[in-house]
Amino acid sequence: MGTEFKMRASIRALTDYLATGAAVLSTILVVTPLIAIFVYLLIRGIGSLNLDFFTKVPAPVGETGGGMANAIVGSAVLLGMSSIIGIPIGIGAGIYLAEFGRGTRIANAIRFTADVLNGVPSIVMGLAAFSLVVVPQGHFSALAGGIALGIMMVPTVCRSSEEMLLMVPHAVREAALGLGVPNWRSVLSITVRTASPGIITGCMLAFARVAGETAPLLFTALGNQFWSTNLNQPIAALPLQIYVYALSPYDDWHRLAWAGALVLIVLIVLAVSLVRYVTSRGVLKGAS
Amino acid sequence: MALCGFSIFGIVLLIFVELVGRSQMAWNAFHLSFFFKGFTDPISNLTMYWDPPNNHFSALPFVYGTLVSSFLALLLAVPLATGVAVFLTEMCPGFLRGPLAFLTELLAAIPSIVYGLWAMYALVPLLREHVNPFLVSTLGWTGLFTDDNPTGLGFVAAAIILAIMILPIISSLTREVMTSVPHSQREAVLALGATRWEMIRVGVLRNARIGIVGAIILGLGRALGETMAVTMVIGNSPEIHRSLLSNGSSMAAVIANEFAEATSDMHRSALMEIGLALFVVTIIVNAAARLLVWAVTRGAPAQTH
Repeated sequence: MGTEFKMRASIRALTDYLATGAAVLSTILVVTPLIAIFVYLLIRGIGSLNLDFFTKVPAPVGETGGGMANAIVGSAVLLGMSSIIGIPIGIGAGIYLAEFGRGTRIANAIRFTADVLNGVPSIVMGLAAFSLVVVPQGHFSALAGGIALGIMMVPTVCRSSEEMLLMVPHAVREAALGLGVPNWRSVLSITVRTASPGIITGCMLAFARVAGETAPLLFTALGNQFWSTNLNQPIAALPLQIYVYALSPYDDWHRLAWAGALVLIVLIVLAVSLVRYVTSRGVLKGAS
Repeated sequence: MALCGFSIFGIVLLIFVELVGRSQMAWNAFHLSFFFKGFTDPISNLTMYWDPPNNHFSALPFVYGTLVSSFLALLLAVPLATGVAVFLTEMCPGFLRGPLAFLTELLAAIPSIVYGLWAMYALVPLLREHVNPFLVSTLGWTGLFTDDNPTGLGFVAAAIILAIMILPIISSLTREVMTSVPHSQREAVLALGATRWEMIRVGVLRNARIGIVGAIILGLGRALGETMAVTMVIGNSPEIHRSLLSNGSSMAAVIANEFAEATSDMHRSALMEIGLALFVVTIIVNAAARLLVWAVTRGAPAQTH
């Protein structure tokens, strides 16, 4: 009996080791592509990140040099437009979920819908914007791209604002209400203001996410090889340009695609780190 | 504020109505068989699916490509994601937990186009030179891996990049579900003399399984609709092959490729219908996943630690 018991114990110990090893191994396997992507981007992108990249428009086919200035400006125009559409609606909806409608059935339904909307593929948003704006207008335009990106921002901003507002301690609300401040006033000038660093970083994250979106722009903003800031015309965008350049047969264009991707990644790493800093360092809790 | 909240319902409704309206033409022409049946070419007698010049459209190869690449991606991603979640919640030394969680979060934030770029120029050559020949020589007998496609593009490439992309979603939600399992469960199993792995299996994974299924379905939802990275590596040919190394296409990829240059109203309408199908399916999949995750985390008694 003793030997059998010992054998089972050692088998169990072995299984334990194996399982631990498998978990460690899978973690390594998951982190590897991330590091590979970063290293790749750095090696291939950094050499092309010079002043030209930010100040020049694409060179004609066959000539080397040139930059992505028009795509960067185009992305800025598109993102500005989408922020004007997405951020107010998103924050408003977030405030409603966290403050006015908290716990009601409708608020739960809205939260659920926002989560589901977050999972809708971005290409579908592009189709919707095409049908809403491009078809009535009769041509591709920056406006359509901005609307597609704006719609995508709403659920993200809404959920992150709500989460940030929920982190505001109850004592703060009670203090305001205890002074006889009406509820709407307390929400707007006390709770929202306390949570504002969090809400702003949430918006930045949503901004960084849509900055890298390509699919909804393919048949709305369409892309443009030349300078354009006209909202009624096709406009260039960084991710679109990366896509076009990546599929092109020219080495010089591949080089620019890598540089563009590096710029996008830096933007996103900054946004994600900032969000993490704000939520983990308890910037919000300082108020309690 | 309530108006802003309701606008979210409005957005979903608006997208649905627009897509239904614009896909009417294709629906009237092909009905449900659009998604299930090809047609026979009168000249060559071959089964064809997608022939824009002759106004023949069937979404079957795209549905097939989406399903095959997504499920293959899940097959790769689920064990890894569970492993990461187990490591991060139960085994990881404290000083590593923060940075590792941050890294997986970053993985979720990288834009699809960057994944696609990397896949095209780093992953595909690797597959072409080393992995695909290996798969053909070891698993060629199954018929699932044939060497008639020298590009390295195809379902396998798409599935690998999809797996990398959905991993962080699955693992972060799995982690959330696992942390919501009360500590008393773990302690009870440990007190019976279980090893750490037995504790994780019996005490944690078994209790969290519904939520983990939810996390997996959410990952599936993302994989089904993923566009850019898949478009760049799947090969984009509207055919159905048994070999996983052959070129294919997916629902999102065909929209991305052809919509801006659609040749006829019917072509555009058919692509809209594929978009509508994608919209409806991802809504159902996401709703189901959220309900499952919610069912587990809602009942989490956080005080019983």
